[in-house]
Amino acid sequence: MPKIAFTPALRRFLAAPAMEVEGATVGEALAAAFAVQPALRGYVLDDQGALRRHVALYVNGRPVSDRKGLGDSVGARDRIYVFQALSGG
Amino acid sequence: MAERFHVGTRKGLFEFARRGGAWEIVDVQFLGDPVSAILAEANGSLYAALDLGHFGAKLWRRDRAGDWGELAAPAFPPKPPKPPEPNSADEDPHSWSLGQIWVIETGGVPGRLWAGTIPGGLFCSHDGGASWALNDALWRMPERRQWMGVAGEQPGINSVLIDPRDPADVRLGVSTGGLWASGDAGLSWRLINRGMVNEYMPPERREDPITQDIHRLARCAAHPEILWCQHHNGVFRSEDGGANWGEVTAIRPSKFGFAVAAHPRDPLTAWFVPAIKDEKRIPVDGKLVVARTRDGGKSFEVLSEGLPQRHAYDLVWRHALAVDESGQTLVFGSTSGGLWISENSGDSWRMAEARLPPIAAVRFPEA
Repeated sequence: MPKIAFTPALRRFLAAPAMEVEGATVGEALAAAFAVQPALRGYVLDDQGALRRHVALYVNGRPVSDRKGLGDSVGARDRIYVFQALSGG
Repeated sequence: MAERFHVGTRKGLFEFARRGGAWEIVDVQFLGDPVSAILAEANGSLYAALDLGHFGAKLWRRDRAGDWGELAAPAFPPKPPKPPEPNSADEDPHSWSLGQIWVIETGGVPGRLWAGTIPGGLFCSHDGGASWALNDALWRMPERRQWMGVAGEQPGINSVLIDPRDPADVRLGVSTGGLWASGDAGLSWRLINRGMVNEYMPPERREDPITQDIHRLARCAAHPEILWCQHHNGVFRSEDGGANWGEVTAIRPSKFGFAVAAHPRDPLTAWFVPAIKDEKRIPVDGKLVVARTRDGGKSFEVLSEGLPQRHAYDLVWRHALAVDESGQTLVFGSTSGGLWISENSGDSWRMAEARLPPIAAVRFPEA
């Protein structure tokens, strides 16, 4: 199963533990993580389900291409990392 | 007189209380996080809206026991698919994702709250903020798509006025989109403002109600038909709940600004913090002053005692000036982090803090 981990910056607001999740796409993997921690969704995705403008999501060290549809595929050995992008001062 | 107020800044929420004869910071929360709106209800609940740079708009509540907890933030429903033709009239120019909670107000009914947001959605809660629903009637009005942006390209609801005599009477100030009124608690809406002028618009649209750039509305609580408006182009006053407006041309030293506070009982008294319009947005001659009228806008006093009168470039945002229920205590905070308090209706001021983070909102608890 893909592994998903979240920036420690989120710990100030809520629990966001790393986990192994079911899913063949980034969107499915995120949905599985949000099933464990529902409040996390609003921190990562906007109201329309796209990655927030200042949130970055990498798979195996590379940024995903589909930030709106979250359709990038992920495999059983892939590592997903969610972290903050540049956002002013 | 108020014993407490809250200050929302770019880097946290500060609570001030009167200690002996002085005002002191007695609590700090969300240090490092932008606070965009505050509401302290009469029942003891305190709400703080956060505008997290990375993780979006959030809403927290401190209950009467003093415990903070995060609430579900207002959220927009799924946006309908784009129409096939580019530039179609059906295409919504505004985002359907919450950008910022700009104002939170008590709804006048137990549990009811209203939240005005950027990009212009009005949200209502019936359970003290635990859950929120977009006001569909306003959001689906075709005219709403004519609202213009203030924060980037997105418009915002900066003022939500609830008639103290009738909680179903709700009036909204929109930047930029005029004054919207509902007499049925939000089931239907009308654009009601007449008499305002927006000089930056093309000549044929300057008096169009929907183009009016309302920076902030304030209402006299004891005379709810009296409204004051700090508009992009000047100061306006209404004696019929915001339907008809007359420009208050006596405002000085300048007519541009963001904030307005209305006296809670005297319908003729209001306060403003003028600045040079509009690309510069700094106090006239580097002197920070408050303009007060006590005759309904016929004349103004320029109040400067205790305020910096040289090289002061403080701007006071639309939610950063407040008056308490006595009409005696006022507080305002600036983009430079200065915070000033008056306890004699503005005659003189004392700097409570000089170096807070940039201040977005100051607020006394609801009476």
